[in-house]
Amino acid sequence: MRRMLALSALSLALTSCSLAGGDDDKAEDADGTPTEIVLVTHESFALPDELVAAFEEESGYDLTIKASGDAGALTNKLVLTKDSPTGDAVFGIDNTFASRALDEGVLATYDGERASGAREYDLPGGGADFLVPVDTGNVCMNVDTTYFGEAGPGPQTLEDLTKPEFKDLLVLPGATTSSPGLAFLLTTVAAFGDEWPAYWESLLDNGAKVTEGWSDAYQVDFTQGGGGGDRPIVLSYDSSPAFTIDDSGASTTKALLDTCFQQVEYAGVLAGAENPEGAEALIEFLETTEVQEALPDAMYVFPVDANAKLPQAWADFAVRPVDPWTVDPDEIAAHRDAWLTEWSDVISR
Amino acid sequence: MRRTLALVGLAAGPVLVLAVFFVLPVGGMLAQGVWPDGRFDPGAVLDVLARPRTRRVVWFTVWSAGLATLVSVLLGLPAAYVLHRLAFPGRAAVRAALLVPFVLPTVVVGVAFRQLLGEAGPLGFLGFDGTPVAIVAGLAFFNVAVVIRTVGATWESLDARPAEAAAALGASPRQVFLTVTLPALRPALVSAASVVFLFCATSFGVVLTLGGLRYSSVESEIYLLTTQLLDLPAAAALSLVQLAAVTVLLTLASRLRATPDPSTARQVARPGRPRRADLPQVAATVTLLALVAAPVLALLLGSLRVDDAWGLAHYRALTDAESGQALLVPVTEALVTSLRTAVDATWMALLLGGLVALVVTRRSRTRAERRVRGVLDGFFMLPLGVSAVTLGFGFLVTLDEPPLALRDSPLLVPVAQALVALPLVVRTLVPVLSSVDDRQRQAAASLGAGPLRVLATVDLPVVWRPLLAAAGFAFAVSLGEFGATAFLARDEHPTLPVVIFQLIGRPGAENYGMALAASVVLAATTALVMLLVERLRVPSVGAF
Repeated sequence: MRRMLALSALSLALTSCSLAGGDDDKAEDADGTPTEIVLVTHESFALPDELVAAFEEESGYDLTIKASGDAGALTNKLVLTKDSPTGDAVFGIDNTFASRALDEGVLATYDGERASGAREYDLPGGGADFLVPVDTGNVCMNVDTTYFGEAGPGPQTLEDLTKPEFKDLLVLPGATTSSPGLAFLLTTVAAFGDEWPAYWESLLDNGAKVTEGWSDAYQVDFTQGGGGGDRPIVLSYDSSPAFTIDDSGASTTKALLDTCFQQVEYAGVLAGAENPEGAEALIEFLETTEVQEALPDAMYVFPVDANAKLPQAWADFAVRPVDPWTVDPDEIAAHRDAWLTEWSDVISR
Repeated sequence: MRRTLALVGLAAGPVLVLAVFFVLPVGGMLAQGVWPDGRFDPGAVLDVLARPRTRRVVWFTVWSAGLATLVSVLLGLPAAYVLHRLAFPGRAAVRAALLVPFVLPTVVVGVAFRQLLGEAGPLGFLGFDGTPVAIVAGLAFFNVAVVIRTVGATWESLDARPAEAAAALGASPRQVFLTVTLPALRPALVSAASVVFLFCATSFGVVLTLGGLRYSSVESEIYLLTTQLLDLPAAAALSLVQLAAVTVLLTLASRLRATPDPSTARQVARPGRPRRADLPQVAATVTLLALVAAPVLALLLGSLRVDDAWGLAHYRALTDAESGQALLVPVTEALVTSLRTAVDATWMALLLGGLVALVVTRRSRTRAERRVRGVLDGFFMLPLGVSAVTLGFGFLVTLDEPPLALRDSPLLVPVAQALVALPLVVRTLVPVLSSVDDRQRQAAASLGAGPLRVLATVDLPVVWRPLLAAAGFAFAVSLGEFGATAFLARDEHPTLPVVIFQLIGRPGAENYGMALAASVVLAATTALVMLLVERLRVPSVGAF
């Protein structure tokens, strides 16, 4: 009997630290106007707590953030749930998935304020009425400047990466499993047109190593990553050199500006949202200078606001390409499946 | 009649839960593929099945998972003996430590493995990085604990007398093992092997990380098709292949694990001191420990490395939300969320798994009854064989309308994790429960004991240890689970694996160090919880 008592005491103690019976937030106040905004986003979303608290204070709404998956999973979830959306606003659809979201009618139009200079990153055509640019960044090849300082000049262009003097030096994440990987596949499509599979073959013949994700490539195989690998060329971002600053205050890596693909992340109001006004207020908040200036530290991306001040390390070391490679979003939507399937075949050959 | 009603009553709860949280979501996703735009069109699905790529992917999944299962069983069997039949100081600690790999997030283990096996790593000369050898090693690393615990739990509650009798009649230790012990362990072995096979066949992180994208498994293909290409007919086709394969596997397994002769009464031997004859098993266990420890050690060393010196800076940064980098929540908070989620997942899995195990092990009076029990048994194994992506997306698509508007419930994550842990609980309990002679229960009942009293005096004493083992397992599954969690909304309360995943995906040595440190915290927490669970064991019960 005593054992039974002990057991029930134990189970009580355990349930008190469970999730069951958590507080049930009311999403509406007495007269039925919504008091909650639900933001659907990807797992890389982050903003400083103070900013979010200030927004909630000022707008009177409670902000709930539902984050999971990457940009692709996010977009596909929105498509599958478009008849009963899981939130009011979305952040994190990028220029490679924008066409799918627009074609499927996932979004409502947005008429609110935009950050100054945000228009520069607008989607071509009518998409600009639905998706608001929030941040941007470029996927570029990065090189270890300490390595190439000693071993002669490093590569500069896409073609250089296939030259024998850079054999077995490159590591990059795959296009099917990582978003920078997809961006680089699009770079090669933009640069070589239909000949891109041939370029990839020579890249692989030259000893390029393909990993699953960015962390694998950068942290394990790259010479300047956390794990101390042995490959001095890696696919990463134009902002990455701001994170490899040595004791003397100089960066040990740099981005190759001729190999960059521009990524833009957008926000939008979901069609059929319960709280469209709140969603619009939230997007206006994302476009404010305060949020725009917080983006580099919080999400490792550049603000779209031309006047936002960058952190010092970014201003010093994150050099951006003037004329990155681009592929029209409609083109991407039309050929993504075929390109990825062909890419998989080239890789596993 | 009352018996049948009682059976139906006991089974109804678990069946309902599985229907809502598994059959409905997976069915919903399959329907999206087979009925695109509302019209029944299985043509697209059949086309996918005919693709050479599909055949290649299915074949790779089958052989890599099969080989990994074999390796796990071969490595796990001697360790199960040493850790459950021998008494030595530190045994509980070793047992707890061996569960650590089971909870580590794949992405971190992938990084740790690749630091060892990669071109620049200490084992780089082997040239295993990116080969199937690395994949099989990674899968075995994750799953050997399943074999040790499932088989070990049965082994330690095995009746010692048949083996003693055989030895007294002149059988060598080898003969005793092959003719007495192994047949008695067979149900547990088959259970463990089938669970491990399903875990391996549906693991996609390991295959992609360690195989360097050259190999795709069914699971990684479904992920790609669902999250990137939105090719739902193709994903449905592969999900159907998964379901069919799981069904075949389970049918085979249920044939193989039928208990040959449930022992009438048991006398459990106390674990003995290691003898000289145990040397090979001990050596094998030490080797296994070394293999499991290497990647974990790599993590630990990496987490202590601060700017070319040793230090605890990464650990200090974990508790500090303001430490410059954008940590979503302090790791302590994420750990609390993880633990709370795990408590929920554990009680759900134990409650449901316990009921299922009871229902399927009661002696059947008719053939139809036995068949129903067999089907039930297999039914609850299905969640292991189906893709986490399919389940996660299925939740969103199907659980959106009242009365099933559950997709935003904070309990959805623990429910999803409980579904993964449920088969482990069932597979740990069933072999033990089915080896209880039903005549004991009948005797107790004829002496006037009610059903609950029979349960408490006949079944509970035997099942007590396996139940704790199962609880530990369920807890560990939940702590480390990332697949289903990642596809569900995580709200403002991310679990520790989610935070680790986020940290390791960001540039900067500090984030990397913090990700490793957080993994070490997760590993240490798991080991600690397992150790406590072992402590809970009541030694006197076994003497019943």
